[in-house]
Amino acid sequence: MEQKILDIQDLKREFVMGDQTVRALKGITFDIKAGEFVTIMGSSGSGKTTLLNILGCLDKPTDGSYYLDGVDVKHLSRDELAGLRNTKIGFVFQAYNLLPRTSALENVELPLFYNKTISADERKDRAIKSLESVKLAERFDHTPSQLSGGQQQRVAIARALVNHPVMILADEATGNLDTRTSYEIMALMQELNAEGKTIVFVTHEPDIAAFSTRTIMLRDGKIQKDSINTNQRSAKEALASLPESDDY
Amino acid sequence: MAITNLLRLAFLALQRNKLRSFLTMLGIIIGVAAVIAMMAIGEGSKQSIRSSLSGMGSNTITIMPQSNEPGGVRLQGSSIQTLKMEDITAIEKLQSKNINGLSPVVSTSGQAIKGAYNWPTTITGVSPDYLNIRQLKLKDGILFSERDVKSFAKVCILGQTVIDNLFPDGSNPIGQIIRFKSIPFQVIGVLEPKGQSNFGQDQDDIVVAPYTTVQKRITATNYLQSIYASATSEATSDAATTEISAAVRESHRLTPAESDDFQVRTQAELISTISATSSMLTVLLTAIAGISLFIGGIGIMNIMYVSVTERTREIGLRMSIGARGQDVLMQFLIEAILISITGGVIGVILGVSSAYLISYFLNWPVLISESSIVISFIVCAVTGVFFGYYPAKKASNLDPIDALRYE
Repeated sequence: MEQKILDIQDLKREFVMGDQTVRALKGITFDIKAGEFVTIMGSSGSGKTTLLNILGCLDKPTDGSYYLDGVDVKHLSRDELAGLRNTKIGFVFQAYNLLPRTSALENVELPLFYNKTISADERKDRAIKSLESVKLAERFDHTPSQLSGGQQQRVAIARALVNHPVMILADEATGNLDTRTSYEIMALMQELNAEGKTIVFVTHEPDIAAFSTRTIMLRDGKIQKDSINTNQRSAKEALASLPESDDY
Repeated sequence: MAITNLLRLAFLALQRNKLRSFLTMLGIIIGVAAVIAMMAIGEGSKQSIRSSLSGMGSNTITIMPQSNEPGGVRLQGSSIQTLKMEDITAIEKLQSKNINGLSPVVSTSGQAIKGAYNWPTTITGVSPDYLNIRQLKLKDGILFSERDVKSFAKVCILGQTVIDNLFPDGSNPIGQIIRFKSIPFQVIGVLEPKGQSNFGQDQDDIVVAPYTTVQKRITATNYLQSIYASATSEATSDAATTEISAAVRESHRLTPAESDDFQVRTQAELISTISATSSMLTVLLTAIAGISLFIGGIGIMNIMYVSVTERTREIGLRMSIGARGQDVLMQFLIEAILISITGGVIGVILGVSSAYLISYFLNWPVLISESSIVISFIVCAVTGVFFGYYPAKKASNLDPIDALRYE
């Protein structure tokens, strides 16, 4: 449990726009240990998205260091970053980003297509297990248009799980969902976390942050607050407490 | 990503936009079909011109005597007595693969007489190969044999003009005796009429006899007016010419300093002129067809660009879950190649069948060469790669961050 999944030291990211330099991240230091459920919060312009891109190995820091599962990300090439994303990170997006007209099973298999060490049989096996773990065992051959928003997001989570990542990185994963479905997704996240998955959840909704074990608050490119959430709320209970009629 | 997966992916992507894929393919289909049909027509007409030319004995090589002394009065070739049977023997000794016929020619003109009729004509003394060399065919009767040659047999074969004038009543000349310069010849064969030559000469005004008979019994000479040989094909006629020149020079004991005392002529010039004309036709037709193939390629490029733009988010997603630039590049490249190759296959089928339809309904000579199919197929694949590469490269160079949030 004490193993550091993420280790960030004095992370800076600057963008050059014309003759101006925009400093999106101004020196951030934190680490995340295996099994944590961290929410990263902040308002627009706080550097939240920039940080997320770097955490997701989509972007590289200008200065400072970022170790993901012991790998120094800063000096990796484009292709090596892609390999890292493929094996270490499971992405969940706000807009689900499933391939249209493609079955749920194939959508979940997708990351494994880019991993040459995995055979076709194993790929399918793992995709089925992954879908079962998000309780969509009945919907293997449904295409995204035949699934509800919540179901689509669960397919996306299954896809994020299929490569056995060290970290699930969710970007406003509940942003497009109604309250009830959001809670359902959070309940699923908590369950996965209980099974030992490390989850980093970027959001701007405080009530979502309440479900996590730790919250990092960003403001103006710096960490404003980094607090352990001693009073973690159970998403299952929250779901149960919602009035029936709310189910519109 | 494994190639089978890439292919499946490309196939699914094309299947999702059936009409669009087909319309894109149409450019390639029409291009390839046009290339194949045009080349078939071009090659067909070239072939038919060639075969009618070689019907005129286009592979014939003529060896004529010629004075090699520029000073003094130059005599006409036929009165120079340098070509002998030894030259024939020297050429025969070569046993060249390029030469498939050889005949001495001794001719003289005179009056042919049959009963009350007579006709001024030329008797040509040759060996039995001569008929093949000149592409002459027997209509009736037989050809004289080597034995007839050895025994100075008094036999002859007549051309149609001679027959018309000596046998105006239409009786069968075979077995009859005619006289040429008072020597009796038995007619053993009749040549098929050939009509006029390109230069207005009557090719049927001919009496063919063994050269030995003509030499011994009529002209009383031992030199030859010319030697006819035939090359195995147009292509080998140059090589055959060189070989013959060398053999005759040696037999004439010419030192390297001396120039030839004979000349070797072929009809290759005529053939090459006509071939060049029809080759130009083929090139022209193929160029036009090639342009349409090129336009088809641009169509692919256009659609691939649209497809890349349309699927920017998909590309972003694939990259974020671990697709490398190379994977994305291959995905789009294979899609483009699949379009062009599928189009190519359909185009080949269409091109071949339209070529057959043209030859069936319009009676045009067509010749579908395997090379034209192979070439257009390769061109197709290359078109796919060439025109698919830039859109695919663009896709693979996308920044995953921008691509993921592309609206």
